[in-house]
Amino acid sequence: MIEFKDVSKTFNAKEGQVHAVEDVNLNIPDGKIYGIVGYSGAGKSTLIRMLNGLEFPTTGSVTINGTEISGLSGKALRNQRLKIGMIFQHFNLLWSRTVIENIEFPLEIAKVPKKQRVEKAQHLAELVGLAGRENAYPSELSGGQKQRVGIARALANDPEILLSDEATSALDPQTTDEVLDLLLSINKQLNLTVVVITHEMHVIRKICDQVAVLDAGKIVEQGPVLDVFKRPQQTITKRFVNQETGSSNLDDTTVVVSELLTKYSNGVIVKLTFHGDQAKLPIVSEMLRQFPDVDLSIIEGSIHQTQEGALGSLYIQLIAEQQDNINGALEYLKTMRVEVEVIKRG
Amino acid sequence: MDNNGFASYFRFSNVDWNNMWSATWETVWMTLVSIIVVAILGALLGLLLFETNGSSSWGARILNWVVAAFVNIFRSIPFIILIVLLLPATQAIMGTIIGPKAALPSLIISAAPFYARLVEIAFHEIDHGVIEAAQSMGATRTQIIGKVLLPESMPALVSGITVTSISLIGYTAMAGAIGAGGLGNLAYLDGFQANNNAVTLVATVIIVLIVFICQFIGDILVKRIDKR
Repeated sequence: MIEFKDVSKTFNAKEGQVHAVEDVNLNIPDGKIYGIVGYSGAGKSTLIRMLNGLEFPTTGSVTINGTEISGLSGKALRNQRLKIGMIFQHFNLLWSRTVIENIEFPLEIAKVPKKQRVEKAQHLAELVGLAGRENAYPSELSGGQKQRVGIARALANDPEILLSDEATSALDPQTTDEVLDLLLSINKQLNLTVVVITHEMHVIRKICDQVAVLDAGKIVEQGPVLDVFKRPQQTITKRFVNQETGSSNLDDTTVVVSELLTKYSNGVIVKLTFHGDQAKLPIVSEMLRQFPDVDLSIIEGSIHQTQEGALGSLYIQLIAEQQDNINGALEYLKTMRVEVEVIKRG
Repeated sequence: MDNNGFASYFRFSNVDWNNMWSATWETVWMTLVSIIVVAILGALLGLLLFETNGSSSWGARILNWVVAAFVNIFRSIPFIILIVLLLPATQAIMGTIIGPKAALPSLIISAAPFYARLVEIAFHEIDHGVIEAAQSMGATRTQIIGKVLLPESMPALVSGITVTSISLIGYTAMAGAIGAGGLGNLAYLDGFQANNNAVTLVATVIIVLIVFICQFIGDILVKRIDKR
């Protein structure tokens, strides 16, 4: 369990004081993947670096399983750091060492004997899918492979927590997904707590259980990923969610909607949101069977996979001679626990 | 016999080859011994400069200031003046002011600060993220120095020592002019004062060869260690 309590961090810069992090309260449960999303400069890096004592809070406390990190120094801090792995945007591998030697590096720091070191590093190289590349130098690897070395290295001392500092931001989309899948499977296999900071909502959607949105040093929204995707409250969260669900092309949808409305003046435009198992049920066709007088055209729809299940949205137009039939259909959808949002009544 | 014409350069019968070889050996010896000491001393000074740079503790700041001042002062003194300046110290340390041994203190004191700056620059060029990664793994300062700073800057450290040793070879010749022995000494005494241009030419060619060999070895080493 990771606990941020009233954490603030102030830097003294030439232009005066900079509040990088302000009054952050956060609880991160064990074994989960927790995402912190924000634009650059929002204070995400400062926040995550407090977890391994690369930064210290100006006020407040950071506690991991009862140990206050913000109160440690010297040997106690170094011993704590051994239990926390970290991966970086630019990998930060030692170019002078081969893959296997890079993975051995944290084990050398922990003074593990040579024989065990080699065995462990070999095992980890296989775990992250680098078997056969053990003796390559980082300069001979692709970005994705480098990050795999980074992950193996971070796992070397059997950490309780893995910190990921924009670990996929320097990778292409395909490689990003491979690395994210790897992180997910490691989280499941080793039951490891993972803290991810990123500016990409894609990362949050793909692997995180919970998310906190950081804006100008403050947490403006937090909760389970599916909830935040379904009902983003803050403008910044909506922007992040749109970035991922692609409803940024809502403008196109609006055009289609107005066209449909002029064609079918009696139509009603509705946005349906499905989640979890509902996305798999034939709810719409069941609705049509129950209200045969209602006609339906689909305007736009999409389904996204998140860690807690599928999240679908569907824009439809409902047309009927009798307004009651439409109201009844909408009521039926609501009883099926589909979220219904009427955008325009004709 | 005309010893001033252009042809005098090629009158190799005037060259005493035994003297030439022993002078060559003296030059090589002076260079090798001083380069070993300079490499160690310069690396230590450079490390000290790097580690105390930008520190918040007062002790470190003062140390940084003192080392930087020492390095800057001795780097600025022209070598020929430094030898003269250090004569009493040389007499005290080495027990003599003549011969290759007597040249060592001035060679080392002039080259070590120069190399220290190169070492400091080499350390500063290491990607800070790598040092931070080591810190995040719980590495001690000593582990970071031994496992990150030195190996990650090795190509720059080696090419730095190559540059330093080449300027050291130049210094040995200058030291030779005032009695340190070696090829500089031979070129000055037998070549210039005895008006024997062939000796000067041969001494020059040998020095150029030594410099080339140094550069060649340095380049090969850098190429072998640099895996970037």
